[in-house]
Amino acid sequence: MEKINQTDKDLSGISRLSFDYRTLVPTFSAILALLVHLLIPKSPRYTLKPMPYFTYALIAVIVVTLIFAVISLFSQRIRSKYAYKSWFIGAVLLLLNLLNIATLKLMLLPAIYFPSPDRILKVFVDDWAFILKCLGYSLRLLATGYVIGALAGMTTGILVGWSKKWSYWVNPLIKIIGPIPSTAWVPIALVSFPTSFSASAFLIALAVWFPTTVLTSSGISNVQNSFFEVSSTLGAKTLHKIFKVALPAAAPSIFVGVFNGTGASFITLMTAEMMGVKYGIGWYINWQKDMLSYSNVYAGLIVIAITFSLIITLLFKVRDRVLGWQKGVIKW
Amino acid sequence: MVELTTGSIRAENLRKEFIQPDGQKVVALNNVNVQIKAGEFVSLIGPSGCGKSTFLRLLAGLTKPDEGKFTLDGTPITGPGYERGLVFQDPTLFPWLTVYDNIAFGVKIRNVYHEKKKEVQDFIRLVGLEGFEKAYPHQLSGGMAQRVALARALVNHPKVLLLDEPFGALDAFTRMNMQDELLKIWQERGTTMVMVTHDVDEAIYLSNRIFVMSARPARIESIIEVGIGRPRERDLPDFLRLRAKILQILDFAGKREEIQYYL
Repeated sequence: MEKINQTDKDLSGISRLSFDYRTLVPTFSAILALLVHLLIPKSPRYTLKPMPYFTYALIAVIVVTLIFAVISLFSQRIRSKYAYKSWFIGAVLLLLNLLNIATLKLMLLPAIYFPSPDRILKVFVDDWAFILKCLGYSLRLLATGYVIGALAGMTTGILVGWSKKWSYWVNPLIKIIGPIPSTAWVPIALVSFPTSFSASAFLIALAVWFPTTVLTSSGISNVQNSFFEVSSTLGAKTLHKIFKVALPAAAPSIFVGVFNGTGASFITLMTAEMMGVKYGIGWYINWQKDMLSYSNVYAGLIVIAITFSLIITLLFKVRDRVLGWQKGVIKW
Repeated sequence: MVELTTGSIRAENLRKEFIQPDGQKVVALNNVNVQIKAGEFVSLIGPSGCGKSTFLRLLAGLTKPDEGKFTLDGTPITGPGYERGLVFQDPTLFPWLTVYDNIAFGVKIRNVYHEKKKEVQDFIRLVGLEGFEKAYPHQLSGGMAQRVALARALVNHPKVLLLDEPFGALDAFTRMNMQDELLKIWQERGTTMVMVTHDVDEAIYLSNRIFVMSARPARIESIIEVGIGRPRERDLPDFLRLRAKILQILDFAGKREEIQYYL
């Protein structure tokens, strides 16, 4: 069976022109959505003025998916990838279609809390510059806290994992302070720091610091002793053992800590922005919620989803580079 | 490529005790006095618990004796150092480093990498790992990994190479190959070799002298001069006679231990 498939592939590789019906699934799904959107009238109870953006977006999707379908005729590599993903893309478009029906066309959901897709798209058209600015603020805050927290966490983790003395004095502190969710510190942080920015950066740093510390120190204290013995017979001194043996050996564990810290930092960022910080995407969502402008809230959520997913992807890319030596690493 | 004849070892009144978890004292080595000449190949053989690994770890400087001392070319050994390379039964390669970087580890941390770059490549060739420089340890077979471990220790030009059952985990065929390669390296470089082994044939095949050790009391029972010309054949009468003799000593040592146990 496998062999037959193999020859199939080879043949299509030679003829270079091959069609897979699946590559048209996304286009069909988008056309279906467009037809529904254009032909079914909006609910009579829907009082807002309909916007053309959903139509534009669907046309854009149709054009793009068609381009992919055409490229797929020629390129074996893109065809197999695109055909594989096609059902999923088609289903997502169908979901948008259903959402449009449920909101704009039938108004099954209260329009104020569940805006139709065209309203959400309108937010991006009207408000993109401001949203981007808010995102910039958020990323600046996140990066400040994150970098400080991760570096502090690794430093504490190394000290505690390596030295008995540090472990004796610092470990109890970690055990007491660490498990407190950093958001519980909000009242204290807001009065202890000169600006809400520095207070929030501190909270994010704290959120990243704890898991990074714990997993760095456990990673380091779990490094097998023979690595240190071998390295010392190769001429390694204490600093070599820490930085050339303990740290790389503990890297997989440190990554897990940093990864946990990343999740915690997102939570803390949003909470901080909703509670005190001016500007930022969390602040934007909260502000728009107060104004009952839910389409802006959804736009903000979409921006957050995309941004945080990109950050996690980036983290895994870094992991793949740094920890490529491990067997069987998890794919993201 | 024969190196200068440094690497003579002397053990004086060595004693090492361990405290077991139940608080009992176990004497791992007692009153050990031996000398190993520069460039000599010595094997330590004996039942488990006879202190042969302790002997090696003391020599490596990984543990300190309770009494007496080891000296290398007259200088007392106080801690581990790159002039005494160590190869374990488990290759203990650093899994985050490639074959090349594992072998270059010693020269890199000693900050002599730029002068020794060519040598790293030479040692990769010496142990037959050309083409595997960029491989990671988990991609290597047991024999290949042990070659990397050998090269990693040798690139530091140790005066003494300490081998703790280096081929114990390899299959019989790979083991014999590795023994020949080790002999080749030894003959080329003249490094003093001290090897712990369970394998009587291996000890006879490789060594100038064999220290046969006994457990309880942990001491060197007998020192055997091998004195068979090289290259050695494993089925010559001299070889077999020596084998029988060592087995007899080991058996004797084992029996006495047993009697003590039952009393």
